[in-house]
Amino acid sequence: MKRFEFSRVDSAADALRMATATGSSRFLAGGTNLVDLMKDDIERPAMVIDINRLPLGAIEETADGGLRLGALATNADTARHPLVTSRYPLLAAAILNGASPQLRNAATNGGNINQRTRCYYFYDTAAPCNKREPGSGCGAIGGLTRIHAILGASEQCIATHPSDMCVALAALDAQVRVSGPEGDRTIAFSDYHRLPGDQPHRDNTLARGELVTAIDLPPGDFSAHYSYLKLRDRLSYAFALVSVAAQLRLEGGLIADARIALGGVAHKPWRVPEAEALLNGAAPSDALFRQVAERVTAGAVGQGANDFKIELARRAIARTLRQAAAGKPQSHTDKRIA
Amino acid sequence: MTTSTPFTLPVTLHVNGFPREVQVEPWVTLLDLLREQLRLTGAKKGCDHGQCGACTVLVDGKRINSCLKLAVTLDGAQVTTIEGLGKDGALDPLQQAFIERDAFQCGYCTPGQICSAKALLAEGNAKTREEVREWMSGNLCRCGAYTNITDAVMDVLQSQGETR
Repeated sequence: MKRFEFSRVDSAADALRMATATGSSRFLAGGTNLVDLMKDDIERPAMVIDINRLPLGAIEETADGGLRLGALATNADTARHPLVTSRYPLLAAAILNGASPQLRNAATNGGNINQRTRCYYFYDTAAPCNKREPGSGCGAIGGLTRIHAILGASEQCIATHPSDMCVALAALDAQVRVSGPEGDRTIAFSDYHRLPGDQPHRDNTLARGELVTAIDLPPGDFSAHYSYLKLRDRLSYAFALVSVAAQLRLEGGLIADARIALGGVAHKPWRVPEAEALLNGAAPSDALFRQVAERVTAGAVGQGANDFKIELARRAIARTLRQAAAGKPQSHTDKRIA
Repeated sequence: MTTSTPFTLPVTLHVNGFPREVQVEPWVTLLDLLREQLRLTGAKKGCDHGQCGACTVLVDGKRINSCLKLAVTLDGAQVTTIEGLGKDGALDPLQQAFIERDAFQCGYCTPGQICSAKALLAEGNAKTREEVREWMSGNLCRCGAYTNITDAVMDVLQSQGETR
């Protein structure tokens, strides 16, 4: 690990001041991704700013009846919070599908959305990687691509975003609250992460020195019709080949509102509003779900070794929609797929 | 606000019930602090990347991967390692169950498995065999002793249920 200066701050103002005063700095929360990347010299900050003492650990209702998840609340505490399990069980399910109990105990909500890709070539400092070293090339294209993107990739980067939590946050239309040198702002979740384009080193739309302070969930009870289905190379403790978050609202047996987000297939959680709109006012049916699945994955391109993910994603979308419509969400402990 | 350039920072930890005041460089992980400075070698360095769980310890009662936690961020924390589980010379019920069920071969993952299982029992999420497997999935065993590990955890889980 490259040596660094260490700073422990007690206020967000100090954190922002320290971040803008230093050439290359990183905020340290749970450390489960950052420390790992620093051990491999992928992240090499000159200054590490420990933000764990900032008062950002609460999970509380907002004035409009939504829920604010503090950036420093752990993934584990978020997944078991009574208001999360009762109103937003999709989020709890997604979190519990990710990582391990140990990692979820340390990993924070702010850290989860800022975690980096697990692309093998990003981790291999002997390989070219436009995300790690802009302009060096992409080792993944033409390489081992089982875990790589089938949607929204560019000629410079085919990495995927690894988070499960973010897939649920995308489907729930969450908002990311940030503080920065220019003040506070709120970013719609769909605008938070970005596609690689010709700047794959930028994972998200945070400006330099900005700090995530909270994630807001919209008001409402989202517990009736949801499911999170994650497909991976082993039954637990592995990143998604494909995951699907489905959140439906039914009225009189018809679908009144539908949100579908995919994980493991793109540089960000993948949503296609036009595909979701196909469900509005319709009765749930396997034929319709298949049609929606094809629309969500329209334009999907494989790299060879991951071609299978296109059909896998389509079937997973249809299956997850069926589970959500039936009010029978996928269990994260019983691995049989209903 | 505290800032450190190449210097060390003072950190006080309560390790297995004893206060330990140490000076650590900011890049030292809890695992390295435990093993190299405090000479508690029960927690093991397997992958050193949070992928195997051999380094699992309890911090303020919660299981974490000690290899990914910088020690300087833990000032004032309560740390429990495998060395701190037995009481008054008696093995913890989990340690005893691991012996009775032959829940290891090489033993390298065992301290992490047992610390993880200790937290699993306290968390209360796992009741069935399938749930124990899921909630123990952060601890890999390269010898493949999973069946017996699950047996050992289930034994203690069920004996706890009977005494409650």
